[in-house]
This record gives sequence, C-alpha cells and structure tokens, in this order.
Amino acid sequence: MHELSIAMSIIDMAVDEAERRRVTIDAVHLELGPLSGVVAEALRFSYEIACKGTSLEGSRLVIREVQIEVYCPTCNAQKTLRSMQWFCCPDCGAPTSDIIHGRELVISALEVGDERRTAPVGST
Amino acid sequence: MSAEPRLLEVRKNVLKQNDVVARALRERFRSQGTFVVSLVSSPGAGKTAFLEKTLTLMRQNYRVAALVGDLATENDAIRLARSQAPVKQITTGTLCHLEAVMIDRALDGWDIGQLDFLFIENVGNLVCPSSYDLGENLRLVLLSVTEGEDKPLKYPTIFNSADIAVITKMDLAEAVEFDEESVKANIQAVRPGMRHFAVSAKTGGGIQEYMQFLTDRLAEHAPKHTAARA
Repeated sequence: MHELSIAMSIIDMAVDEAERRRVTIDAVHLELGPLSGVVAEALRFSYEIACKGTSLEGSRLVIREVQIEVYCPTCNAQKTLRSMQWFCCPDCGAPTSDIIHGRELVISALEVGDERRTAPVGST
Repeated sequence: MSAEPRLLEVRKNVLKQNDVVARALRERFRSQGTFVVSLVSSPGAGKTAFLEKTLTLMRQNYRVAALVGDLATENDAIRLARSQAPVKQITTGTLCHLEAVMIDRALDGWDIGQLDFLFIENVGNLVCPSSYDLGENLRLVLLSVTEGEDKPLKYPTIFNSADIAVITKMDLAEAVEFDEESVKANIQAVRPGMRHFAVSAKTGGGIQEYMQFLTDRLAEHAPKHTAARA
C-alpha cells in the first residue's frame, strides 16, 4: 500500500501549481493506468486523508482510468488489451509486450475555482 | 475575479521526482561501467538465499556489491555479508518499497567505478515496487515453486515491469508437484518474450546459466570495461 505516499506527491505538486498560478483548486484530475501499480480506490481514500490541513482540503480527486493500449506488430496497429492477464492482440492473437498506454500516473488537469488576480500572474 | 470553475491543463507525471533521480543513477552506472540488477518478489520467495549464492559465486571473478531493503531488520544484510561482498542495509521503516533517492543515499561513500555488478534487493512485496524506477539495468522478479503457478496472473503489473523471471527453490519442485510448463505459459501471457531461469540456491542448479546471462549483459553494457579485465 503505497497510495498514501502517492497521494501526498499529488497534493504537493498541485499545491505548488496552485501557488505558482495563484489559483485555488477544486479538483485534481488524474489519469491512471492499470500498469502504474496504483489502485484507484486506495488512492481516493488516501487523497482525502492526505488533503487534511493543506490548501487542497475539501478538493476532489477525479480519476480517469486509462486502458492498456499495445502495438500489435502483426496488424501494425494500436489495440486495446482485453485483459491484463493476456498480453495478446485482441483481434489476431499475436503476443505483444509493446505497451503504448497503461502505465500512466499523471496529473492531467486542475479544476480551479476563483482566480486571485490581485497580483500579477507569473509567466509559465 | 471569475467564479466559473475551469480546467487548467497540467500533464505532470506524479513520480517525476523519482524518475529524475533514477535517470541520473542510470547514467552514473552507465558511465562507470557498473551493471545494476534489482530483485523483487513476495516475502519468502528466496531473494536473499539466491542473492547470497550469486554474490558468493560471482565474487570469484567480478567485483560485486549489494544493497538490501528491509522494513525493520538487518538480518538480510548479515546473511548476505557471509558472501564477503560489500553489503549495505537500507531500512525503510514503514515504507513497503525502495525509491531511487534511497539508492542514491545508500551509495554515498561507495566508489561505484570499482564495481562490475551492483545488486539491489527490494523489500518483499509484489505490488508497490513496480511503480518505482531505481535506475537499475535489469529487474528480476522471483517466484518460488511453493507459491503457486498462477502468481504471474495475480501480479501482472510487477511481472510487466520486470525484465527477467527467476523461479527459485527448484530443489523442492518435485515435492510440491510444481508445474514449470504452466508457470512458463503464465509468464508469457502477462509478459510475452520474457526469459526465465529455474534455479536452486541450495543445490546451485541453474545458477551458472543465470550468471552467464549476467556476464553477457555486462559485456554489452560496458564493453571496454570487461575487455580490459579479460
């Protein structure tokens, strides 16, 4: 169970981003692949706890679970894996380890509420 | 002031900090010609016995050392030290896995350039270590014959993050009616093309083949380095 430390990293990064952009955060959007080794449910639970006492307290974690996409050399195309227990092309059955998506553990976006425009926003 | 909630595109890898340290470590290992192997498995799969055997045998021809992660005790480091190779314990406390920064810290004061092989034994855990790059050149996932043939199917993520599978405790295979063909099929299902070695740290069976594989990889990794030693 390393989701608590992952949640803390997410919050640290989001707090930094919020301070840099001078905004408040209502929600953090996360892309999560099944091969990231992180369990969505445990992460949601950890996020709530880890947010307490930070400027993100009360914010939501919106997780978009990404599917595993592989490259099939036989079909010469990108395919969506049907099962993590079977790394084969769903159409032709050719085995493949060429993973294109599925390892994501990425903050994709921040949902911001009020923007504090009292001070100039630093260039990004 | 705008009250409308809006989305700011960010795209930040949550493990970026770890990945940056891991990349720097990998570059350091490459420039120094050190081949780094990490070991992951469930608790009790025989990582320490296998590593002790590897260190003892490889020490005869190569300069080897090990880092070993453990939650609380130094027992594994003490066992590995019997091989006479330099060994350092990383006590992780409550943390269930090693992270790149811990490797970086543990190497403080060690002259990596003096090593051909560095082995890193992760904390016994088949889930969490899969997320963390340690800068290693090769990741081994170990499973023992007593664990059940379907282990790869139960933990596809860790098998997917590893490069090589090692089946340990082969000396017990007959007693537990271990089905090697079935494990082979399960490994291939979750990680097509993955090579595996079947070994016994007790009898030494299969270890030579595995060591030959490692020395071949070292030769590719640091050609000048090994040629100079030959």
